[in-house]
Amino acid sequence: MDTLQFWLNDRRIEVTGVNGTTTLLRYLRDHLAATGTKEGCAEGDCGACTVALLEERPGETPTYRAVNSCLLFLPMLQGKRVYTVEGLRDRSRSPDDPEGYHPAQLAMVETRGSQCGYCTPGIVMSLFEATYRDDMGADWQVDDQLCGNLCRCTGYKPIREAGEKVAGLRPDDLFKATMEQYRARDAAVDITARDGLDGMQRYIQPTSFEALWQARAENPGAVLVAGGTDLGLRVTKFREHFPVVIGLEGLAELREIERSPMGWQIGAGVSLTRVMEVVGEELPALHKMLRWFGSRQVRSRATLGGNLVNASPIGDMPPVLAALGAEIELRGSNGTRHVDIEDFFTGYRKTCLEGDEIVAVVHIPNVPRNAFCASYKVSKRRELDISAVAAGMYVELDDAGVVRHIRLAYGGMSAVAASRARRTEAALLGHSWTRENIEAAMPMVDADFLPIADHRASARYRSTVARNLLLGFWLESHRRDRDAFDAHPVGTVRPGGVA
Amino acid sequence: MKTVLGRGLPHESALRHVSGEARYVDDLPHAPGLLVGVVVGSTEPRGRITRRDRARALQVPGVHAVFFAEDIPGENNVGPVIHDEPLLAAWEVSCVGQAVAFVVADSYEAARKAAAAVEVEIEPLPALTDIHAGIAAESFIGATHVIERGEVDATLGEAPHRLSGTVDSGGQEHFYLETHAALAIPGEDRSIQVWSSTQHPSEVQTLVAAALGWGRSRVTVECPRMGGGFGGKETQAAQWACFAALGALRTGRPVKVWLDRDTDMSHTGRRHPFHSRYDVGFDDDGRILSLAADLYADGGWAADLSLAILDRGLFHMDNGYWLPNVRLRGFVVRTNRTSNTAFRGFGGPQGMVVIEHVVERVAHALGLDPLEVRRRNFYDEAPHDRTPYGQVVEDFRLHRICDELAERSDLAARRAEIEAFNASNDFRKRAIALTPVKFGISFTASFLNQAGALVLVYADGTVQLNHGGTEMGQGLYTKMLQVCSHALGAPLSDIVHQPTSTGKVPNTSATAASSGSDLNGQAVATACRLIVARMVPVAAELLGVSTEKLTLASENQGDIPTKDGKPAWAWAEGRSVTLAEVASAAYMRQIQLFAAGYYRTPDIGYDRSAGKGKPFHYFAYGASVSEVEVDGLTGEWRLRRVDIVHDAGDSLSTDIDRGQVEGAYVQGLGWLTWEELVFDDRGFLLTHSPSTYKIPAIGDIPREMQVHLLERAAQPGVIYGSKAVGEPPFMLAISAHTALSRACSAFGPGDFVPVAIPATNEALLDAVERAKALAKG
Repeated sequence: MDTLQFWLNDRRIEVTGVNGTTTLLRYLRDHLAATGTKEGCAEGDCGACTVALLEERPGETPTYRAVNSCLLFLPMLQGKRVYTVEGLRDRSRSPDDPEGYHPAQLAMVETRGSQCGYCTPGIVMSLFEATYRDDMGADWQVDDQLCGNLCRCTGYKPIREAGEKVAGLRPDDLFKATMEQYRARDAAVDITARDGLDGMQRYIQPTSFEALWQARAENPGAVLVAGGTDLGLRVTKFREHFPVVIGLEGLAELREIERSPMGWQIGAGVSLTRVMEVVGEELPALHKMLRWFGSRQVRSRATLGGNLVNASPIGDMPPVLAALGAEIELRGSNGTRHVDIEDFFTGYRKTCLEGDEIVAVVHIPNVPRNAFCASYKVSKRRELDISAVAAGMYVELDDAGVVRHIRLAYGGMSAVAASRARRTEAALLGHSWTRENIEAAMPMVDADFLPIADHRASARYRSTVARNLLLGFWLESHRRDRDAFDAHPVGTVRPGGVA
Repeated sequence: MKTVLGRGLPHESALRHVSGEARYVDDLPHAPGLLVGVVVGSTEPRGRITRRDRARALQVPGVHAVFFAEDIPGENNVGPVIHDEPLLAAWEVSCVGQAVAFVVADSYEAARKAAAAVEVEIEPLPALTDIHAGIAAESFIGATHVIERGEVDATLGEAPHRLSGTVDSGGQEHFYLETHAALAIPGEDRSIQVWSSTQHPSEVQTLVAAALGWGRSRVTVECPRMGGGFGGKETQAAQWACFAALGALRTGRPVKVWLDRDTDMSHTGRRHPFHSRYDVGFDDDGRILSLAADLYADGGWAADLSLAILDRGLFHMDNGYWLPNVRLRGFVVRTNRTSNTAFRGFGGPQGMVVIEHVVERVAHALGLDPLEVRRRNFYDEAPHDRTPYGQVVEDFRLHRICDELAERSDLAARRAEIEAFNASNDFRKRAIALTPVKFGISFTASFLNQAGALVLVYADGTVQLNHGGTEMGQGLYTKMLQVCSHALGAPLSDIVHQPTSTGKVPNTSATAASSGSDLNGQAVATACRLIVARMVPVAAELLGVSTEKLTLASENQGDIPTKDGKPAWAWAEGRSVTLAEVASAAYMRQIQLFAAGYYRTPDIGYDRSAGKGKPFHYFAYGASVSEVEVDGLTGEWRLRRVDIVHDAGDSLSTDIDRGQVEGAYVQGLGWLTWEELVFDDRGFLLTHSPSTYKIPAIGDIPREMQVHLLERAAQPGVIYGSKAVGEPPFMLAISAHTALSRACSAFGPGDFVPVAIPATNEALLDAVERAKALAKG
């Protein structure tokens, strides 16, 4: 079967003879003459290509998700419903009639939110998601909704006002009715088509583990893709040709989240937006890192498992998961095994995955009452940026205030994801949790890491920040409101007043 | 009913923006047989081309043509002012990425594969890959520009206080959301139609015609709209249009050239980085007695607009301050980097940050209130009213603006709050700063200050509006519709704005230098008045009165009566006629219902060799107050609040102007803080996509941001008393940078600690550590 099908603005689209790594953006513009959706960067960093995808949420009503169409491969849409800016206006009405426009569109007109108009369709689609969200309670959520949409003209003030107008509006319209009734169809895909000048490409999307193992056995060189926010760049930026791609979109079992008395079990295929939504502020360190992870659009496609298996030394999830003491459940055709997150990363972009294993579940234990866990991220820009330095820190004290457990995991400081500052930890373990001891241990961070210099930061800056974050962690650990979410931070640390 | 002039309207395309129906060049319907083009760039910053071979490239399936320099039928040059910029390098290359070949193919994929297969061998030559290497080698473009007044050396020597130093400012990528794009469709009888995302259709037309070896009349260039320009599409659009036209001519098929983001960022020009040196003498009150400064602009490998940009840098070295003795020298440095180009402010910001740094440093050195020092140095009555280049500063509005802003921003109370905060916080420091802006309005190449319009009234009273200005989001079309509606007395809904085309108005200037509405507005109003004058007798005849008895909707600020639900065009003695009625009657009477309007700015001129003249028609003013908080552990920071009072004259369109002020401030803030261009040792840009080059995002913008347009601010001699607004507010962001420097200083004993431009987190942490080191002595 070489045909894909999905629904675009409520119209069924059948796609035949197109290779699987064709992005939705290119398909919209090149094949469907749907040019309202713009290409601004082809890497998920500007949001001009934002579209809305309906998503099922087990136990809750389905919802729209704003996503970057530049990083969506067509098979990921199999059996799903997609909305673009063209689908929002009622075209049976005159273009001069405001009644024909969606509230997200009208809000942008009323607030003067468009100037050149090029980012506008993407912003409208992010606002479209916000219109139907049922969790828009706090003011920071409007910024969070829009942090993946760059605008170079307005300075954002009117766009934020438009967001405030429509967030959580949930009008009783056709879009809401469609949303509430939504059921995804079978996501199974197995298509083969010519990939431009590069030869043939097969794209398989199994819907069961058995089918996955079989596909992997038949295609040992196949590349795996989950949300596509990382692999997508290898297609759009580096123009790599993948002869066989196996997509994990169809594996519902990877998208389960469970809460047990011990902690959380999060399926590797759960999107980071969903993690934020379900786990939320119950794990403040995780929640904080997610707010500053990519953008809403990226998080709605990026998966927890994907951020682990790419084993990037500048990935944002590994340090905080390492601090939380997470355990990774791996599954392959030979069975299941569990590894500590620190044993999972074995080198630069290397993991301990063997054979046909995939990451299946991430187990995150509860943080005990006598412990404090925090996450930090320092980047050039707060939103939608890659870390210069990231850190996850965990300390557990005994009744005498002596350090019983400590985990200081850094990103951006070495070639391996979630590198532990072992010497620093050793210097603090078994000692009192005091400012003097912290300051004595800070130079040890330099013994732990020899960071690189690149276009994000110098080695010196990385080292200074890595040391200061430890001091910041100590300062924060003494705050009464240490687990409260800082929605409008000055810096990643909340140090408090006088030392 | 009232005139729409001065009203706060949405952008004229707002409904089309939000519905995705607004079309940009790359959105135009695919023409049958469309081909696309890709450029092959140099891999060396400088070198001699020793071999070029396209044989392998031509083998790639889907390739139609591969061009080298010798395949260009006309002139191989796209230098806009100085003809030093070959479209395709023939024997030498001067920067990484400089075009050596151009490939036309069925698809971008085929074109890219073929581009990779074009064999170009380059023998490397020594290169100057940054501005400091260029200064050391005295590698300059054009003559040094000197502006001098008074006895600089003597007064420097005698001044009670003297300081010297350097200021460097970084470049900036425009990051218009729409990358460069051009589409060329060959016509018959040696003609071609080009759609280009350009601020300067006439220059695209000129250069396409030159490349093809044709007269300009055979080339029609149209710009539907741009997805942002900011100066980046003033000269830099031409090359892509030339490539598309060459491809279309050779293949006989439509050819599109659209740049992906990485190519756009790395291969087209950006804001000029400046290196400046100053020597200032001042008295005990902080009054500047003497200033000598040298400004060096990194022009890159070709002249482009660099000389004019440098000039504007020098013209803004005074900002709002009277400099009794002054010597300013400017140099454009030729380096082996991408040729830098226009960017909002056009050198003005790079000059202004130097004088603001100097004033701040003077105040700190004397322990005086920096705002008071600024006020003491402001322009004032004669003889304190002449700029270094001799222009009289008329109607200086900064005293008034600063008074109003200090009150609106509650400046005094907040200063006290900040002091209290800083006293009780070791790891965080706050600061607030007020800085002014005075910005000269006009193209400093005086002949460019001209514009044309073509207004067509149809016999049913509906109107088509054409003028030479382009729409890039700044709201020019909206303003011109308002001007046309007001001048013609036509309802806005009956006027259709046409895309800018060289076929409608010839020999236009770029939509640049903030001049779009000043120049085109006058031209539109002139055209409208001509038509009105012809229709008045017809209206009088229809109403049976003499023309003196008529009241017209045209240029009427009062109430306009309606007739059958339509606004009246003319009325007398209780009866009225609509525009439709008058137009129809005029047609029947063989009256011409269309007119061209033309405008040139009077009484300006500048002698560059003498460094004297009146380059500007007038000055725009504004001031801002920014409050920041800096984290001493990481150098991260937050803008807490911004207050702005800006002088847009009597605004033509208040919401458009407010949007320009807010957007310009934030864009200026990006230049001064987050936006860092990082280059490799070949002078090639490493930060060539938004993953590594960070323009402001929504969370960077404070929730408290108040923009107030100065009231009762009519500017004589400008269209309906308005003022240009595109560039001046960009420099309002300097107050944030000044506040950042003060916040960093607050980590130490309070001595002035300069902060780099851009003030990245890393630069701020560096400043914090320097401040702390001062405390330790």
